[in-house]
Amino acid sequence: MLRKQSLERQSMLTRRALLATTAAIAAAPAVPAFAATPKDVIVMAKQIDDIISLDPQESFEFSGNEIGGNVYQRLVRPKPTTPEKLAGDLAEKWDVSPDGLTFTFTLKTGPKFASGEAVTADDVVFTLHRAVILNKTPGFIITQFGFSKDNVEKLIRAEDGKVVMTLPESQAPSFVLYCLSANVGGIVEKKTALANAKDGDMGNGWLKTNSAGSGPFQVKSWKASESVTLEANPNSTIKAYAKRLIIRHIPDPSAQLLSLEKGDIDIARNLETEQLKSVAGKKDYTVVASAKGSSMYLAMNQNNPILAKPEVRQAVKWAIDYASIQKNIVPNTWLVSQAFLPKGLPGALTDLPFEQSVGKAKTLLSQAGYPNGFEITLDYSSAAPDSDIAQAVQANLAAIGIKASLLAGEKKQVITKTRSRQHQMALLTWGSDYFDPNSNAQAFCYNPDNGDTPKLKTLAWRSSWQDPELTKMVLQNVKELDTEKRIGVYEKMEQIHQDRSPFAFILQQQEVATMGKGVSGFKVGPMSDLTDYAPIQKT
Amino acid sequence: MKALAGALVTIPITLIGLALVTFLIGRVMPIDPVLAILGDRAPEEVIVRTRIELGLDRPLPVQFARYIGQLLHGDLGNSVMTSHPVTQDIAHFFPATIELATAAMLIAMLIGIPLGVFAAVRQGSRLDTVVRVFCLTGQSVPVFVLAMLSLLVFYARLGWAPGTGRADVMFQDMVPEVTGFLTIDTLLGGDWDAFGDALAHLAQPAGVLAWFSIAYIARMTRAFMLDALSGEYIITARAKGLSASRIIWRHAFGNIAVRLVTVLVLTYAGLLEGAVITETVFSWPGLGQYLTVSLLNADMNAVLGATLVVGLIYVVLNLLADLIYRLLDPRVRS
Repeated sequence: MLRKQSLERQSMLTRRALLATTAAIAAAPAVPAFAATPKDVIVMAKQIDDIISLDPQESFEFSGNEIGGNVYQRLVRPKPTTPEKLAGDLAEKWDVSPDGLTFTFTLKTGPKFASGEAVTADDVVFTLHRAVILNKTPGFIITQFGFSKDNVEKLIRAEDGKVVMTLPESQAPSFVLYCLSANVGGIVEKKTALANAKDGDMGNGWLKTNSAGSGPFQVKSWKASESVTLEANPNSTIKAYAKRLIIRHIPDPSAQLLSLEKGDIDIARNLETEQLKSVAGKKDYTVVASAKGSSMYLAMNQNNPILAKPEVRQAVKWAIDYASIQKNIVPNTWLVSQAFLPKGLPGALTDLPFEQSVGKAKTLLSQAGYPNGFEITLDYSSAAPDSDIAQAVQANLAAIGIKASLLAGEKKQVITKTRSRQHQMALLTWGSDYFDPNSNAQAFCYNPDNGDTPKLKTLAWRSSWQDPELTKMVLQNVKELDTEKRIGVYEKMEQIHQDRSPFAFILQQQEVATMGKGVSGFKVGPMSDLTDYAPIQKT
Repeated sequence: MKALAGALVTIPITLIGLALVTFLIGRVMPIDPVLAILGDRAPEEVIVRTRIELGLDRPLPVQFARYIGQLLHGDLGNSVMTSHPVTQDIAHFFPATIELATAAMLIAMLIGIPLGVFAAVRQGSRLDTVVRVFCLTGQSVPVFVLAMLSLLVFYARLGWAPGTGRADVMFQDMVPEVTGFLTIDTLLGGDWDAFGDALAHLAQPAGVLAWFSIAYIARMTRAFMLDALSGEYIITARAKGLSASRIIWRHAFGNIAVRLVTVLVLTYAGLLEGAVITETVFSWPGLGQYLTVSLLNADMNAVLGATLVVGLIYVVLNLLADLIYRLLDPRVRS
């Protein structure tokens, strides 16, 4: 009886509640209750949890460098339309002495910092000193010319309003200038940096989360793994169309797409193949893309006697189905690339000498003494798209008899393993440190000491590969004063590298950004620090 | 009092044990912590210098002793990712998680407990079947599927809910951070629009998180209630002619309260640990996301600090559960 009464009472309550809920849902307005972003505010969704610092003399991560490129100006910068050529950014002109030792920069008179102060030779000299003295991760881009804490004040100085830089040794002018165009060369206002200096850090602690630049934007705030807010620099000579630019950390690509569709963001930076398919051809969206200086390659460790055979290395290169991997796994976000210089960098070879040829690859394996193939391990990062590509490579290798066991790991775990030369094969990615071809040439070709404790653990060293001819060419070419001749040498090095090296280059990253309705002007650069926010506008 | 004293001895030992285990895992995992700080491109001399600066060249016991020494001074070290002291990061990220977890917990309790009670009272009825199916789906549907579906339906299609994040961009940097709890900070600032926006942003991820907790709480409540309702004291109560609601809520529910507290406390502790996937899909800058990103970046100070906080929460909540037992159940007191 009790149970029945209770049941009846509850049953009524339940039905009543159900009716009320249904009515409420039916009556609720199915309208977008949340407004789109204001016209002078640009909201960009991007994965920004890689940012460690916004100090240009410390930042060396993609997102931090990209922001640095919009907050700081450098002496020179690659031209936006023809990046293989340099243009003055803060420098009006520059002269190089015939011996390639002394660079004299004459500065433009207009540029001002966000504080309203003019950019002076003192600021430039302070910045370059700062890069050398702090010697943070990107510091090597400047110190590799022979600058040190002891000599930099003497060798880089301000004279009559000009910046005079004397190199300890002669270097190729294009090499020096491209290095100065990197984010580490972002010019910091001396007065502001020193006013916020603590314990002799030259303002490093403060500049991690603030800015003192003359670029089109200034840093308003950085909340790690949350957002970066930039405000237009009213004193910059580069006009920013947006008053405020907010970069929101939205890690999930699907969530980025939903936010773009709803108008809550203006630009989505990390849409993947599936999401890009859904916006393709829709008039409300504009997709912009740029080949980036990042390559995906297969490294074959030469401390493995099988992989040390030249025919085996070539067999692997002829076994991979490059076109199919690109088309089926990463059609929008990666391009086929087979040279150590990716397309867009000066001297990049764009021809594709390798294609899948099972017969040729098997013949090469037979010549190497492995007609039935062999067993090997392949390390790769478990994140997409590496995991899918590793499986495709595994299948390609299986077709010629090579049984590759896949070893998945977190990206840093795989890097740690390759840095200690513990891998056999590894699928890896590499992005150029700076725009000059020497960045990748040195990484993939240079290895003067193949012992266990070299001064520089280049990628060639990590794969235990030493090629004396290429190592010598790397050293000689950074001193070549004739730029055209220098580029020609890099092209020749790439051909030799394709023939001999234990690196099978597979893909080059293509960064894709999707702009929402009424948004235009966003330019993705070939390097992160060349991505341009200033022209972004919304109608 | 005796129990409290015992707990005060147990907590530090537990935390030191936790610190030791986490520390060892951090040191033996196959990722070089210097990579996290300097990246892959740093010259060898800089790598060596940094390794020495961090004390990574010293024996493990020395490193651990140094770490514990820092801990005793309230210093969890600096995070590589954010450049801030880890204590400052935790103070920033944890309120977001507490806010989300508390909202989810309130929803879960308000729905889960009555659902479980009604399902038990009406065992075998349609409502009972519905609740059981709900519990089954609630615990078996992957959270990212539910989170994405929720965003798709309530945000993208119906427009009833705002998108991801804790607040609209209109309120970006507009609310002074006092407590770190956005709903409270907006109230303290007297900004009702921002408060409404913060609540709206909180509702959806809290609802998704609550779904799983509702399922668990309802299932456990139902099981406890079924057990309680079959007790002889319930038959006696019925024989005495007590009302249904009095029997259900006073006698049966009152008797399961102790066991239910354990379920609720552990559920809340689990939520406070940081719902990584929910926080990722909803771009919610909480402790779970902080811990995950730190781990993937081998940011060991941050990992150790956040793990200790999570451990501390478990220990404190367990202690709290013990104290509540004593309040609710005289047998435990005796």
